Amino acid sequence: MWMYGPKERIRIPQGEVISRKWKERCARIDPSFQIQHSLPNITPFIITPKPMPDIDLRPSRDLHAETLTINMGPQHPSTHGVLRVVLELDGETVVRCQPHVGYLHTGIEKELEYKTYQQGMVLTDRMDYTAANSSNLAYALSIERLLGIEIPPRGQMIRVIMAEISRLTGHMIWVGSHAMDIGAMTVFLYSMQDREHLLDLIEMCAGHRLTPTYIRVGGLSDDIPSDWMEKAREVVAQLPGMIDQYEDLLTENPIWISRTQGVGVITRQQALDLCLTGPCLRGSGVAYDVRKALPYCGYEHFDFKVPIGETGDVYDRYLVRIAEMRQSASILKQALDNLPDGPFNCQDPKFIRPSKTETMLKMEQLIHHFLLVSEGFKAPRGEVYVATEGAKGELGFYIVGDGSNKPYRAHLRSPSFVNLQSLATMCEGRLLADVVACIGSLDIVLGEVDR
Amino acid sequence: MSDQTTVPAISSEAAAVDLDHPLLEAIRAGVPGLTGLTIGEERGMVQVQLADACRIADVCDYLKNRAPVPFEMLVDVCGIDYWDSEPRFGLVYNLHCLSTNQRVFLKVRVPSGDPCVPTLTGLWRGADWMEREVFDLFGVRFEGHPDLRKVLTPDDLEGHPLRKDFPLGNVDVWPEGADTNTAR
Repeated sequence: MWMYGPKERIRIPQGEVISRKWKERCARIDPSFQIQHSLPNITPFIITPKPMPDIDLRPSRDLHAETLTINMGPQHPSTHGVLRVVLELDGETVVRCQPHVGYLHTGIEKELEYKTYQQGMVLTDRMDYTAANSSNLAYALSIERLLGIEIPPRGQMIRVIMAEISRLTGHMIWVGSHAMDIGAMTVFLYSMQDREHLLDLIEMCAGHRLTPTYIRVGGLSDDIPSDWMEKAREVVAQLPGMIDQYEDLLTENPIWISRTQGVGVITRQQALDLCLTGPCLRGSGVAYDVRKALPYCGYEHFDFKVPIGETGDVYDRYLVRIAEMRQSASILKQALDNLPDGPFNCQDPKFIRPSKTETMLKMEQLIHHFLLVSEGFKAPRGEVYVATEGAKGELGFYIVGDGSNKPYRAHLRSPSFVNLQSLATMCEGRLLADVVACIGSLDIVLGEVDR
Repeated sequence: MSDQTTVPAISSEAAAVDLDHPLLEAIRAGVPGLTGLTIGEERGMVQVQLADACRIADVCDYLKNRAPVPFEMLVDVCGIDYWDSEPRFGLVYNLHCLSTNQRVFLKVRVPSGDPCVPTLTGLWRGADWMEREVFDLFGVRFEGHPDLRKVLTPDDLEGHPLRKDFPLGNVDVWPEGADTNTAR
């Protein structure tokens, strides 16, 4: 405690007996000074404020009427890529929110028109790179519908397995990055580690982790390796435990709840109005899942549920995705248990390359191989669209065939692109910090938005 | 721009026409004065061909709000350039009915002279970006759209990339003022 004397600064230890030397010194400075053995009752030294100068300090403009426009992105870490959001702020409140996309536009739809049907398959991996098998599947199904070919049960079942593994990897990236955006770092470490096990499964079949191109027109690039089933069963058995771990960290976490509940609410009517699909639509209480509504690849034979939310906030979308991961794990288990034997490719040699051994030994097979790789097959004239349930929502290719070996037009119905529109509805009128939570809950991949 | 002359011309082939389709009667009764409406089913897709593109909003309004089985969801808007045939541009609207899980594909054609159709943003706000995408890549205008701007391509890119007379490659896409010597 410091007390400022008139000439000299004296330090008085509070509530203690002051030594003789101090006593003398104090008396010398101020004769009226009395030593107190208890807590000294010191009159506080009051600073008399100077009179305020007679200036009008009120702002010349009404600060509340003026808003601030800022750019969030395109290099902001929590925009999940190169999304730019122009925010008009009134203090911390978002008045207007306008997402700008196109920074990653690579013209994949145009490029597909110049590639044969099989060549174009590799471009579809690059759209939604977190769940690449789903895009492969959508493209393959559309072309197969155009060609009118059927895939044998084993091929279909492996496709289902691959699509569900992709959905899980996509959702694991989402749960990790979404939680990290809001401030929960730990989940990211666990989910990315768990995702590696699933990527290993894809790598064993396709040779690639992220861009597999395992699903091809007419079936698959190859059968699953012999030791794959054992490894897959092992990983699938661990999946419920992995999902429990994320739930332990987040579902009842008070910080997580306060950051997500009641934030970014989209009602059922708004969700239909905004053309949402996937977990964003189901979070708002609409039980629309393409796997149930318009089944493909034999999804009608699986026993799974479609989880839906009630209020349509960020927390509901989180719960829906977590529940979906559990359903995917259950579908995977059913598929692995019931995987039939038999061919995995359609048996029409017009679309399927001959085996490597035959290609090396027989002249006709070599010619056949050469023609399929260089020219590809021709598809009839016609227009098709097959809807599939991707990790982000309804994913489908509208393909126009003109009788040649290349699509005349290939259009992707991109779930991320359409879902991203709803960001303005979610954010406007809410705080700046909620924007990050809303972007995360939409689960967009900019590769698919811009394509 | 026009160095590509080998693009095969294609015209959208009408699906096998189904004169007894229940939707045909319903739309005719619900939207008065509609001419040139055909319905066909091809490869499991119910395709509704509408000759008059200007009535697309009316037909969608009927299908969404007044039809016996309402098509609540607009899933997709897809543009197609049927190069060398007239009307040149095709638009495919993909509607979904939640209660019966029915899909319809509404198809219209738009002439190349002044490609313009009424917007659906009044019915579904989500049509906003879908229509902006078609406008950006094909140059089809949507009458009454609140915010018809480019969405995917850079602002200073001239032309509409998914038109068949737009070449693949050899188009400078660097933004104005970018130092392309170092960037390349």
